[in-house]
Amino acid sequence: MKTQDLIDRFGLTAAAGKDGTDREIAGGYCGDLLSEVMANAPIGCVWMTIQVHQNIVAVAVLREMAAIVLAMDNQPDPETCEKADREKIPILLYSGTSYELAGKLYGAGIVNKTAGE
Amino acid sequence: MAALKKSFQLKSRDFMHAGEASISVQNMLKQIGIEPALIRRVAICAYEGEMNAVTHGENGNFRIEVNTDKIILDISDEGPGIEDIEKAMEKGFSTATEEYREMGFGAGMGLPNMETNSDRMDIESEKGQGTRVVMRFSLSPGSRKNET
Ligand SMILES: Nc1ncnc2c1ncn2[C@@H]1O[C@H](COP(=O)(O)OP(=O)(O)OP(=O)(O)O)[C@@H](O)[C@H]1O
Ligand SMILES: [Mg+2]
Repeated sequence: MKTQDLIDRFGLTAAAGKDGTDREIAGGYCGDLLSEVMANAPIGCVWMTIQVHQNIVAVAVLREMAAIVLAMDNQPDPETCEKADREKIPILLYSGTSYELAGKLYGAGIVNKTAGE
Repeated sequence: MAALKKSFQLKSRDFMHAGEASISVQNMLKQIGIEPALIRRVAICAYEGEMNAVTHGENGNFRIEVNTDKIILDISDEGPGIEDIEKAMEKGFSTATEEYREMGFGAGMGLPNMETNSDRMDIESEKGQGTRVVMRFSLSPGSRKNET
């Protein structure tokens, strides 16, 4: 599944990074501590977080992520959107909880192989 | 083969630019054909070192060198230094302020991540004297495919 399919299928909104929505999703991860995510999020994943600060974009780029999802209607900071546009990292908004979206992703066959691969 | 070198200045608390040195290193390693698994390890170390210099340090300096047989990341700053290195290395130990924790820092995993993902890490630091972290990654022969 590509990020664009995820948006269409589960009703997410792209707040930024719309040029990067054609990437294939290779897994999912939930986390709010940046160093923990850096160590454990699978390469190519969709990352669900409550962090809205611009630091999340570098983590996503360096971890080669497909997209960042902010659940519960959290809004990204303006600087976060500017960076995400520049780095082509989609920032997606979801009105439900991370738990709910993670369940949907898993149900759609997005499972992690091994952590970090 | 000539060594490739690049360096960056890191400004304390400059979150507008924090992460750019690491991303630039990631791109450079991709360009010269380093294997993806190694790039990912270097990316983690670069990010954690860069963020520590930006959040805990002052006047950071970030240098990378790619030789035939190894990659060296050398990240130093003139900040407050680390009082107890052994303690700082413990997973979960962090002096991050509430403000930093709200930004997602403060898991106390940066230094442990750097140690796990490098082949060798050396820290020099003293209270009031700044901090220098040098990480080395060995390159197997031929891993710099697209040499310039
Ligand atoms: N460059 C530095 N200058 C001064 N102190 C440092 C420096 N790097 C690390 N430290 C000290 O070591 C502690 C542990 O660092 P580490 O990177 O493991 O965790 P952290 O930065 O607190 O949180 P995280 O990296 O998980 O966001 C820091 O909280 C800080 O007290
Ligand atoms: Mg740190």
